[in-house]
Amino acid sequence: MIELSGITKSFNSGKPNQFTAVDNVTLTVNNQQITVFKGPSGSGKTSLLSMIGCMARPTSGRIFLHGVAAAVPFQQEGVDSVEITSLPERFLNQIRRSTFGFIFQQFNLVKGISVLENVMLPAYPTGEGQALFRARALALLEQFNIARLAGQRVELLSGGELQRVAIARALINNPSIIIADEPTAHLDSKLSQEFMAIVGRLKGEGKSVLIASHDPIVFDSPLIDALVEMRDGAVVASRSSR
Amino acid sequence: MKRALERHLNILEFTLASLLRRKAKNLSLLAMYLLVIFILASLQFFVTALKREAAIILSDAPDMVVQRLVAGRQDLVPARYAAEIANIRGVTAVRPRLWGYYYDALNGANYTIIANDDPAIGPERVSIGAGVAKARNLAVGDLLPLISYDKAPVMLEISTIFPSNSDLIAADMIIISPGDFRQLFNFPSGQATDLAVMVRNPKELPTVAAKIAGQFPDSRPILKNEIQRTYQSIFDWRGGMTLIILASALFSFIIFAWDKAAGLSAEERKEIGILKSIGWETSDVLLLKFWEGAVISLTAFLVGTVLAYGHVFFLSAPLFAQALKGWSVVYPRFQLVPVVDVYQLAVLFFLTVVPYTTATIIPCWRAATIDPDAAMRY
Amino acid sequence: MILNPSVLALLLIALLVSVMGLYAGYYGLRILLRWNPASGSEMQLDLERRTYLVSTIMSYILGFELMSLFLFIYTANDLHLLFTGAMCAAGTLAVNFFGYPVLLFKIVNFLLAGVWLVVNYTDNRGYDYPLIRFKYKLLTLVVPLLLLESGLLAAYFAGLKPDIITSCCGSLFSHESNSFSGDLASLPHLPMQIAFFSGMAITAICGLIFYTRGCAGYLFSIAATLTFLIAAASIVSFIGLYFYELPTHHCPFCILQREYNYVGYLLYATLFGGAVAGIGTGVLMPFRNIGSLARIIPVMQRRLTLVTLVCYLLFTLVVVREMVFSALKLGL
Repeated sequence: MIELSGITKSFNSGKPNQFTAVDNVTLTVNNQQITVFKGPSGSGKTSLLSMIGCMARPTSGRIFLHGVAAAVPFQQEGVDSVEITSLPERFLNQIRRSTFGFIFQQFNLVKGISVLENVMLPAYPTGEGQALFRARALALLEQFNIARLAGQRVELLSGGELQRVAIARALINNPSIIIADEPTAHLDSKLSQEFMAIVGRLKGEGKSVLIASHDPIVFDSPLIDALVEMRDGAVVASRSSR
Repeated sequence: MKRALERHLNILEFTLASLLRRKAKNLSLLAMYLLVIFILASLQFFVTALKREAAIILSDAPDMVVQRLVAGRQDLVPARYAAEIANIRGVTAVRPRLWGYYYDALNGANYTIIANDDPAIGPERVSIGAGVAKARNLAVGDLLPLISYDKAPVMLEISTIFPSNSDLIAADMIIISPGDFRQLFNFPSGQATDLAVMVRNPKELPTVAAKIAGQFPDSRPILKNEIQRTYQSIFDWRGGMTLIILASALFSFIIFAWDKAAGLSAEERKEIGILKSIGWETSDVLLLKFWEGAVISLTAFLVGTVLAYGHVFFLSAPLFAQALKGWSVVYPRFQLVPVVDVYQLAVLFFLTVVPYTTATIIPCWRAATIDPDAAMRY
Repeated sequence: MILNPSVLALLLIALLVSVMGLYAGYYGLRILLRWNPASGSEMQLDLERRTYLVSTIMSYILGFELMSLFLFIYTANDLHLLFTGAMCAAGTLAVNFFGYPVLLFKIVNFLLAGVWLVVNYTDNRGYDYPLIRFKYKLLTLVVPLLLLESGLLAAYFAGLKPDIITSCCGSLFSHESNSFSGDLASLPHLPMQIAFFSGMAITAICGLIFYTRGCAGYLFSIAATLTFLIAAASIVSFIGLYFYELPTHHCPFCILQREYNYVGYLLYATLFGGAVAGIGTGVLMPFRNIGSLARIIPVMQRRLTLVTLVCYLLFTLVVVREMVFSALKLGL
């Protein structure tokens, strides 16, 4: 369970162009569910997800991870919750690497290197032996039927292939939570549905999935468990389908 | 421990791949870097080799030489000085020396002519350096024609052409008998160019020198280590001056390096953003940048010093020879004895790699602290 | 002033280290004044990013200090020909007042930079920046010393005037030849040998106790520090003599030369490495009960202690080996 309490994120504070991207959000996200954040662009979905995903720190407020198998070296035994907002970057990062996998709107693959290398990239700084994560990357490519593309450069891939590479990359460190930001924005309906099918499969494997989207294929999907609607940095409605 | 090593290896591998991906940018940096290292290394090798040549020359020199000054200029030393100095306690021998310079109008070179009692030379025979032999196209057994002070030709038969481990000293040398020497230059008998003084105990050299200076107020005793010192500081000074002249080049290179490191292309900025968004930490990117700098520096350093080695020791430093050699006029061809040590390489490293690295610290840090969520905000 | 490439290189490094030190010190002060980990404000985030910059700069300073220490000694050795009576680096350093202080500050600054990095490494492993204030206070102590060292270095080189032949006479007679020749205060052999071996033994015992039982940490650190000083003095007093096989040559630098198989580098590397780890252990002692570090510092300290023990052991073994096999025998 991810618990947010009073999360606020402002930019350029104290200056005339100050603006608040996320305003006092309190919210709970359950484990092993698909939660969709819905809202127009600029509503604060992305900022909120980046704070949950330990990419950015809120200006104020607290985020707790409960019952998440986060690899936290300092964690006391018997306590299964971590408060992440006060942690220094290097600790946030360790949690992020081990707990979260990210899928971006633009896929954000690195040009000029192969599909396989792109998938392995998040594992490089973990200090794991390359043979281990290479095998895992190959298995993931196999799982998404793109093993034949392993040696290709990403520039030459089609939209659907790019998407699957991006998902494989998000899974390389075996995270328990997947965060996807507008994943279907550049996909046609068929590929978007395929994406949702994959997300459903991931949930079946016990992963939590958080998606920011304003695509009906995503938020109207029967697969999702919870929907959070946002506008102007605040949560305007939240419903759970269970 | 193993994890830390694996992390380095993984990131290093990625560094190499990204360097190769951005060939154009990195090659221009590498070329500048290489040029700077090449020039400085050539300078360093050249000056050190000259120092060593000077040391070789001096190693055969007597411990003390006594000259005579008249009106502040060096003059001939009367033979009686030698006899009196030989009586000073601690002096084992005094050898009057005859030597001078001979201008060869044929090819505009100056030769050093030394008289030697060595019976192997004898009257009308001569030993010459390889440089002289080459310039005049002579072989053993040929006659070496010299022109005496009154324009009369003197013919000397060449008995040996001596090879040497140092071209610089041997090249321009001509050794003849004292009789021939006096005849050639109309050198007054009973006088010498200077005196070589041998002393039993080297520790007594200063005492003996002081005695000589006291006994003959117009004499100037010079110790071998004083000459060494003077040569050393002249070469150091020349090397240092040249380096200061080159400093502007070094400085502009550092500005260039700063600029290269700071001016991240949009592409690179985006790539670092992606790396950070997928779980790379600031220190991982710093490590990536560190390895990038290390690979470029080491490549430039190795290639630059190897090229400089070739330039100085195989091609005889055409870029510096005129500026730095600066003594006798013509050396038909001279080859420096290769000498390179860790110390010189360390100095080079400090003059090039260290400033480069320092100049890139802040730009690298700026690149590494791109927000990880920047990749989500496009 | 002697213009020579290595002198210029040393001055350049001093300049770079000073500029980097000032820069790091400036941000260190800002961090000390404005630090507030509870806040997620942009300024706090910026300060947290700056800590990466300061750590990077300090690691480079440590590296530069170490390398320039040896370059300095090497250069002093190379320059000895220029000075009457100087037989090696020891003589060159004694040419003016600033030579030995430069060397001293180089060593002190190296040790301090090393200790700073030990503290930094430890701090980075605690999740709530437990040592941040201590760390940056230490930094504000180190920076002035770095600047002082650079100033002394410049003064030293500016005051070097080679004794070269002048036009009127050989320079030898323009001033009395002072005998610098490295006769540093040579301490008597026997008491020094006793002090050296007992220092090593006490450090080893304290270290083992601390390593196995976790007590007597301060004692160990103090012993390691004192032994460092004693060992440094011993190199001058008797260790050098065995290597040179001369009963009168006390120079601590000649052992860095090829003639002695560069054994000096091994001796100094183990001595300095052991000292940094030993002092570091003691500096961490007051913090071992801080919550976020309670499980980290003891592990770190054990590792540091091991480093000190291994380094000092190696040092002692090299010395003992030479004492046994040297042609020189000093009467005990």
